[in-house]
Amino acid sequence: MRTAIYLLLLLAAAAFPGSIFPQRSVDPVQVRTFFENNPDLAPWLDRVLLFDVFSSPWFASIYLLLMISLVGCIIPRMRQHWRSIRAQPPPAPQRLTRLPARADGTVATDGREALAAAREALKAKGYRLRDAEDGDLWVTGEKGYLKETGNLLFHLALLGVIVAFAAGNLFGWRGEIIIQEGQSWTATAGTFDTLNFSPLADEGDIPTFTVELNKLDVAFESQADGAQFGQPRRFDGLATVEVPGQEPEQQEFAVNHPISVAGDSIFLLGNGYAPIVTIRDPDGEVLYSDAVTFLPQDNNYASEGAIKVTARDPGLGLVGGFLPTLRIDPELGMTSSFPGLVDPVLALTAFEGNLFPDGRPQSVFNIDTDQMTQLTDEEGNPVAMLIRPGEYFELPDGTTVEFDGIIRWAGLLARHDPGRMPALGFAIATTVGLALMLGIKRRRIYVRINPEHPINGPMQTLVSIGGQSKGSDPGLQAVVDDVLLRITGTTGGRTNTPKTHHRDKDTV
Amino acid sequence: MTDPQLALASDIAIWASLAVLALALISFSAHLAVTGTARERAASVKVAERVRVGAGTDSQTEARDGREIDAPEPTGPTTTAVEPPTVSHPAEVTRRWGIIGVQLTWLATFGVVGGTILRGVSVQRWPLGNMYEFAIVAASFALIVYSTWSLKRDRLWLGPFVVLPVMAVLGAGKIWYTEASQLMPALDNTMWLSIHVTLATLSVALFIIGAALGVAFLLRDSAEKRNRIRGWLAGLPQADKLETMTYGIHIFAFPLWTFTLITGAIWAEVAWGRYWGWDPKEIWTFIIWVVYAAYLHSRATSGWTKRHATYVALLGMLCIILNYTVVNLLITGLHSYSGVST
Repeated sequence: MRTAIYLLLLLAAAAFPGSIFPQRSVDPVQVRTFFENNPDLAPWLDRVLLFDVFSSPWFASIYLLLMISLVGCIIPRMRQHWRSIRAQPPPAPQRLTRLPARADGTVATDGREALAAAREALKAKGYRLRDAEDGDLWVTGEKGYLKETGNLLFHLALLGVIVAFAAGNLFGWRGEIIIQEGQSWTATAGTFDTLNFSPLADEGDIPTFTVELNKLDVAFESQADGAQFGQPRRFDGLATVEVPGQEPEQQEFAVNHPISVAGDSIFLLGNGYAPIVTIRDPDGEVLYSDAVTFLPQDNNYASEGAIKVTARDPGLGLVGGFLPTLRIDPELGMTSSFPGLVDPVLALTAFEGNLFPDGRPQSVFNIDTDQMTQLTDEEGNPVAMLIRPGEYFELPDGTTVEFDGIIRWAGLLARHDPGRMPALGFAIATTVGLALMLGIKRRRIYVRINPEHPINGPMQTLVSIGGQSKGSDPGLQAVVDDVLLRITGTTGGRTNTPKTHHRDKDTV
Repeated sequence: MTDPQLALASDIAIWASLAVLALALISFSAHLAVTGTARERAASVKVAERVRVGAGTDSQTEARDGREIDAPEPTGPTTTAVEPPTVSHPAEVTRRWGIIGVQLTWLATFGVVGGTILRGVSVQRWPLGNMYEFAIVAASFALIVYSTWSLKRDRLWLGPFVVLPVMAVLGAGKIWYTEASQLMPALDNTMWLSIHVTLATLSVALFIIGAALGVAFLLRDSAEKRNRIRGWLAGLPQADKLETMTYGIHIFAFPLWTFTLITGAIWAEVAWGRYWGWDPKEIWTFIIWVVYAAYLHSRATSGWTKRHATYVALLGMLCIILNYTVVNLLITGLHSYSGVST
């Protein structure tokens, strides 16, 4: 037990740095920022794995030691508990005076009758009795075995939670995908934007299904002042899910309400705008027409994105921002002042040349301008366009960029965690165990009978009761008093112990 | 969506309750001082009687108490030295200050609970969306628990230990005050918001009362150890009684905190797609749970003294305070809902 205390406190202390330093498993971007801001300190912190606290060997060693000490403690206790459940309660001690709770009374019956009344009283209160032997003038009752059962259940279930959590981290996978309104997406390993497998999972574990995003409604706080202004208030979506061999099914989803598909869940984690842009050559021929996903960069959804027109020769690249509510800031330039669509604009610059130099892989949200030149107007200034929905902009060569409208996109997370339901089951078991272990009292009640047979005078028998409890038990005296009351009640007698004798003197 | 009139009424109710609590604190302190000195005097009378110089002290006691007491309480100071059982518990000492304290606390309880309800009505949701609302709900629970407890048992002596932290909680809430408004979608889940955060506030309220009892135990225990139970400390119950109560509160609070953790994990699974991801708030919920688990173990370990176990419980309280302040305000994570502009 003493080891457990130190290990628990050590575990708490070890988890602490995980909350002050950014963690790679939670937010790798923050870790990179930390490295940039603290170039001297960060490598040292990294050497002791302070950016990977929860997968570090030193954290693992603490909880493994804790688990070992737990198992080492639990197994002997289970054996002992099994024995004590089947064993009889022990004989009553000769002298009950040393027990923490006591009560005495006198009844006007013989010893046998008083003993029967005592056994009856204890049985009625749910105590397990030691078998009677002839000539015994005492009885022992014990109750509350479920306390230890609950204790063992709690600790075993805790092990279960840890194992289930580990299983989820070994056999699960998670993939992220951005889908625009009206778009349909079929899940296979290659179609995710990012896909992470746990050590023991692979592509074969991903079920086949199709998700079509029908609609995404978003609302932002526009009434309140201060920090609350512009806070998101509602994300509600409608999606059609199709699993091979089953009818397509339309599901509503929201931030707290994932799409369920093939036993897994798809969560709404992000959202943003996709302006619809059409680009025509000087003859009016459509070169490009698509909704372009722009990634929000701040809480007001000032977003960045790029348009790559490969149908034109040379290739045309447009890069810049989408601002849902335009505000010209004297210092920052063009920013967005509200995440909703109040005054949406596209602000783009244009480049011409080879869009994919050397066929290098590149981001869809940016363009590689290595082999491109920026377009300029007659005076030599870079071309900069600011277009509102329904407007268009004409490039120097007559190519037009038209801003047709705006749709939204949803950032979805599909996740498979085989450990989550077992973890829930074990977690519920821990609470059941806790309730039993902390709510039930393990008590022993001993009753001793002393028959007195005065030569002249009525027959009377002394009844002495002692109570014992595991751990602190303020209610024990009340139980002992009640047992005495039951015995005297059925046999006709009086109690000798003043009711408040053992009670709290200071707090009454 | 939000009703500014009701929100204002809520604010006024909370401010007024703070003032009432300040008065309650004064009355409770007066109560402790009065009972403490009376018991101290009674104890010295007992000692005096033992050395058979009791007569003079007796008449002094009578004179003083006679001036103090004009309430209908039975006054029988002369019996003090005669009947040993009542010496350690002088019932004749005025309880008026303590009673006033409890009545004021009841008034404040209605004020804080009313203010919390008004806040909830004004924003048309469960009032548990930011730090301020967390504070007023936790304060409500602590006051409800104390007030109901004081109906069943004599808990006048506990008053200052509960009222002072509750005032601190409300004060903290006022420092990080947040205008009444709606919630971000991740929080806008009536079922899990109400279950998870209600459990969190209730267990925090119980932990606060537990910590208050723990502090009372430590103070009284050191006084008993040095055999110098002076002044207001004499107004407290015996140390072992205080310790049993400390433990009793914690064994209620710990399972509730376990529920908080589990319901939080379920909500995280629904909202973020994972039930446990070592977010700063999750780490701290875990740390608090582990520290209180250590307390329960240390309480059951024979090698550890009750004092040391109580220190572990107070360490848990320190973690709760850090979780509410530092983690909410300085550490960015998924739980960054404090509503406080930075």
